[in-house]
Amino acid sequence: MDQKIRVLVAKPGLDGHDRGAKIVARALRDAGMEVVYTGLHQTAEMIVETAIQEDVNVIGLSLLSGAHMTLFKDVTKLLKEKGLDDVIVIGGGIIPEEDVSDLKKAGVCGVFGPGTHCDDIVEFIRKKVKK
Amino acid sequence: MYDKKELDDFKKKKEEWEKECYLQHVKKHSERMKEFTNLSNVNIDSIYTPEDISHLSYDKHIGLPGIYPFLRGIHPTMYRGRLWTMRQFSGFGSAEETNKRYKYLLEHGETGLSVAFDYPTLYGYDTDHPLSRGEFGKCGVAISSLKDMEILFNGIPIDEVTTSMTINGPAAIVWAFYIANAENRGINKKIIGGTIQNDILKEYIAQKSFIFPPEPSMRLIVDTFEYGFKEVPRWNTISISGYHIREAGSTAIQELAFTLGDGVEYVKWAIKRGLKIDDFAPRLSFFFNAHNDFFEEIAKYRAARRIWSQEMKKLGAKKDRSLYMRFHTQTAGCSLTAQQPEINIARVTMQALAAVLGGTQSLHTNSMDEALALPSEKAARIALRTQQIIAEESGVTNTVDPLGGSYYIEWLTDKMVEETYRYFDRVEKLGGVIPAIEKGFYQREIAESAYKYQKEIDDNERFMVGVNKYKMDEPIEIPILKMDEEGEQRQINRLKKLRKNRNNSKADRNLENLRKAAKGNENLMPIILDCVHSYATLGETCGVLREVFGEYTEPAIY
Repeated sequence: MDQKIRVLVAKPGLDGHDRGAKIVARALRDAGMEVVYTGLHQTAEMIVETAIQEDVNVIGLSLLSGAHMTLFKDVTKLLKEKGLDDVIVIGGGIIPEEDVSDLKKAGVCGVFGPGTHCDDIVEFIRKKVKK
Repeated sequence: MYDKKELDDFKKKKEEWEKECYLQHVKKHSERMKEFTNLSNVNIDSIYTPEDISHLSYDKHIGLPGIYPFLRGIHPTMYRGRLWTMRQFSGFGSAEETNKRYKYLLEHGETGLSVAFDYPTLYGYDTDHPLSRGEFGKCGVAISSLKDMEILFNGIPIDEVTTSMTINGPAAIVWAFYIANAENRGINKKIIGGTIQNDILKEYIAQKSFIFPPEPSMRLIVDTFEYGFKEVPRWNTISISGYHIREAGSTAIQELAFTLGDGVEYVKWAIKRGLKIDDFAPRLSFFFNAHNDFFEEIAKYRAARRIWSQEMKKLGAKKDRSLYMRFHTQTAGCSLTAQQPEINIARVTMQALAAVLGGTQSLHTNSMDEALALPSEKAARIALRTQQIIAEESGVTNTVDPLGGSYYIEWLTDKMVEETYRYFDRVEKLGGVIPAIEKGFYQREIAESAYKYQKEIDDNERFMVGVNKYKMDEPIEIPILKMDEEGEQRQINRLKKLRKNRNNSKADRNLENLRKAAKGNENLMPIILDCVHSYATLGETCGVLREVFGEYTEPAIY
């Protein structure tokens, strides 16, 4: 791939747990990707707007508060409305197994829980973007 | 600490031992690793001896429990007198559901309550605010008004049991809910006991549920100090917290140094206001993490006691109680694995034991399912039982500071003191705690440590059982807590009804008074109490302060 993969790491909602988001942002950067980190307390509108402005291939959503079923879906829904179907959305945080298939249906194509190896996320993104 | 001649002789002996015994042995049977380090990346030697602590004076640096420098414990008898308070952090869904859980925990031998609030509450928003979307009751219980607080403690003897509340940005308001509820139940506020976390500095540093900029936030905190020692004298008006700093990825040394540094900062602000240190200092309390490295954690608590008593003396404290570093401990949520969740019980046991050997005043043990979801009833009970086993069966409570005098522990304790002072110097060079926050110093330090730790795990330099060693591919069979789906609607209806039925002109008048007072310098606690008594909601009261004080946003550093 000639062009660098561009990733937006975003923290939707009120959740302040940013350890995972920051680690992933840095791991993706170290793997050669262009990473934009939104910082905290983002609404779906803010995230999608930044994704457009920064022209990203991937949005990584991180949430540990348990509101993922609402807030992740808000982002994928808005992306669809804006016609950004080619942006890949992945998510991470405290996400029970039983929520994963529902999130995937809503357009979150990869979910990474605690204990994930950073390389697995890098690999996943590279494969998806190539397609 | 030792006779000079004896020590010199011993040094010779040790050199000999190293040459003749240790190195010979290592030549034949090499050690498992080139370097042994703890979680703060301190190199750990193969053996510690009197030589390593010969620079310490027993009386000056270690001493006896109950007297300065309190390193071995704040009370002379410690757990021989009274066990620590078993206080399980708990809250989810609506006030009704959490009230039930509290009663359940008390029935099973819990001795203190600890409230977890949901995100909207932590940010001072009512449940029906647009930003509360999706968050109701998820990370804790939703408390939007005095009405909810009444339900939360319905049937619980708040004149007997003490309550800790993890609330920071809107701490003054939520505390006012608690006080108002006691008053309405005919309980004198002079006798109620508990803690508000109320530690905004660590919010900017790590936990990130801040609302206002630093200056007005510090003013509110000093208001609670002042109101507290005059009006609610059994209440701890702050719990200066390292827990979240550690969870965000700091090392144990950073946790210790940043937390005690924050503590000193609060004291300075209160003194600047004109409060007398011995009036408010006895109500300051602390909150630390208990992570995986057993001895490092114990050394951390011991070091904290010594540093705090030293610093408080320097700031002019005279009363013993002002010198006490009293603390709550919670086992490390970030150390738990989603993989093979049952093994978290073993982790929590060791972490809890470290907290007890470190002399904690109260303890929360995490439930095994916390890397997956909020604790189920059974998981919460097992966590509580873990503490009860340590208290009732292990025998570690028989004597004070049982590890005191261990060459390793004393060396490590002193090392942590030394490293803490090094951080104090660095922060001072940046202009103090708040400038260091604004420059992103702490945030960068923590992000750096977090990333390093993750890399060590990813590169198999450090191991987490079930994650990068002894892995298993098996379905996770832990029952996950289900919440009452109607809770949110019930809460919203309750809010609507409350706003309709209360005396609105009275509530509005009180909120207007708060606005005026917030622009001036007077203590806001009595006016906030008026607001909540008239059933002004959390969102309304906090909203007035938001308008006057403004909101803080942080730079996005990673």
